Amino acid sequence: MSMTQGRSPFIETAELTKRFGAITAVDNMSFKVDQGEFFGFLGPNGAGKTTTINLLTGLARPDSGTIRIAGFECTNDTKAAQHLIGVVPDESNLYPELSGFDNLCFCAALYGMPKKVRRTRARELLEVFGLSEAADRKFAGYSKGMKRKLTIAAGIIHDPPVLFLDEPTTGIDVAGARSIRQLIKDLHRAGTTIFLTTHYIEEAERLCDRIAFIVRGRIVGADTVENLLRPAQGRHVMLATVSRSDQLLREKLAAAFPDCALQDLSGGRFRIESAEPIRIGMLVRFFEEHDVELLEARHIHPSLEDVFVRITGIEADLMKKEKEKTGGGT
Amino acid sequence: MKRWIAFWNILLKDMRAYYLKPPNVSWGLIFPLAWTGMFFIKSGRGIESVLSLLPGVIAISILFGTTSMLSVTVTFEKKGRSFDRLLLAPIPVWLLMLAKTAGAILFGMANAFVPVILALFLGDLSRVDWALALPAVLMIAVVSTFLGLFVAVSVSEVFEAQTFSNFFRFPMIFLCGLFFPVDALPLFLRPLSYLLPLTYGVDILHGAIYGRNMMSLGVDFLAIAIFCVALFYFSLRNLYKKWII
Ligand SMILES: Nc1ncnc2c1ncn2[C@@H]1O[C@H](COP(=O)(O)OP(=O)(O)O)[C@@H](O)[C@H]1O
Ligand SMILES: [Mg+2]
Repeated sequence: MSMTQGRSPFIETAELTKRFGAITAVDNMSFKVDQGEFFGFLGPNGAGKTTTINLLTGLARPDSGTIRIAGFECTNDTKAAQHLIGVVPDESNLYPELSGFDNLCFCAALYGMPKKVRRTRARELLEVFGLSEAADRKFAGYSKGMKRKLTIAAGIIHDPPVLFLDEPTTGIDVAGARSIRQLIKDLHRAGTTIFLTTHYIEEAERLCDRIAFIVRGRIVGADTVENLLRPAQGRHVMLATVSRSDQLLREKLAAAFPDCALQDLSGGRFRIESAEPIRIGMLVRFFEEHDVELLEARHIHPSLEDVFVRITGIEADLMKKEKEKTGGGT
Repeated sequence: MKRWIAFWNILLKDMRAYYLKPPNVSWGLIFPLAWTGMFFIKSGRGIESVLSLLPGVIAISILFGTTSMLSVTVTFEKKGRSFDRLLLAPIPVWLLMLAKTAGAILFGMANAFVPVILALFLGDLSRVDWALALPAVLMIAVVSTFLGLFVAVSVSEVFEAQTFSNFFRFPMIFLCGLFFPVDALPLFLRPLSYLLPLTYGVDILHGAIYGRNMMSLGVDFLAIAIFCVALFYFSLRNLYKKWII
């Protein structure tokens, strides 16, 4: 099979759109992922991350827009590039009644690998993923972390040049998540192009070369981690939560702190950014004078979290809450 | 070649995971035995009637053996999302669905031989035309399996699949000439009989086992083949519409 080598993008979408009734799950998305790149999709629950992966991997068809993978036109032919794709879904969906080893061999067979090769590769991956001991036990009896690892192993059993990972560490304990991240890093280092979705900001920051922020089906910002962080370098940022806020208060706040950039976030929150250090005392006094209770004020270091908040207008805390709701948490 | 590795392993996995599991093997035996017992022993029409009952018992064993399997191998796997793995594999969907149905077809054919073996002890099967009976059994197994497939891809819950199949299965026992000829049905029900695939399969069996088929065998084979193609085609179409969203 010929593959597009070098600079040209490995994955390329143009104006990709997918609707479910009134909901536009993926809204006019255009992006490119280069060969060998580690590309991250960062966004809250329901942003459209899984739907995008489904569209790219052939589990869903777009309403409009185009998809090209490795030079194959996949828009109307969901099968065109599937031999080059590995997928790790958000749910560990191997066969509960088969052993770890048999699961891997079965997945390898789906890609037409001959028996000897399947068995060797399955053993090798079980070893790499630290699952050799559990090789002959049924998948149903695996712990969550083991299940996820085996699901990743199944996704790469056929050595795909590109791997899609849908929230690989959600719902996994700290140690498990750490070793999964390391495995993914190693895969990337070995040359696999990676498309990862996550709602953990730190995870995206730590792993990805380039990140797209996804909100309500749209890409609201995309760049390398370095470029995303650059404007924030040397800036001082504070997040303040108050008991109530209105238009008037906002105007007065802006007048009282003329050197600061103010951003109004939902739920009585303000993001205050300045070239100079912001003094909490002044902030406290200001709100006291206006009879508003300052519930919380904290400095945030220029981090991807801050960039995310600035670009998306979504509270980083909100993302954390959502991950707890879905049974995740670190 | 690669595709056939996938095909064979999907079939093998289903056999190991479902068809050869003790509960299924025993149900595969008990169901046909129960049908056979019910009709052979309680018919009270003596040993000669074994031959005239055999086609119906074979057909019913195949029908119940195959249709219920698809709700597990397809609907259940879709529900548990492991089916997505198959849809992600680089094999054409038609081949995938042939692999998923091949196990049920073989299982159905195996079920057919339970009453045959029993009948060997009860009656004289020397006049049976096996060269005709075997293809008939195969065709009935294929068409019943594809009917099960059609149901399995049209629903999202296993219990729905079961209910929906019963909607087809029980009327077919009476309408398809299994135990009494279609001619004996009230006139207004007869067109319905001809709309059901089993009618044609059972007719071939009547011909093969004791030489009394109503329609010409060519028509029977053609009709059942058309049903197979149509059911498979509409199953694939449903699958595309519902599962590759
Ligand atoms: N099969 C579906 N039917 C209807 N709506 C769907 C379906 N799949 C996803 N959605 C909706 O599309 C939006 C995006 O969902 P999803 O892609 O799963 O988001 P994420 O993976 O980022 O959490 C959500 O509003 C979700 O409710
Ligand atoms: Mg998701």
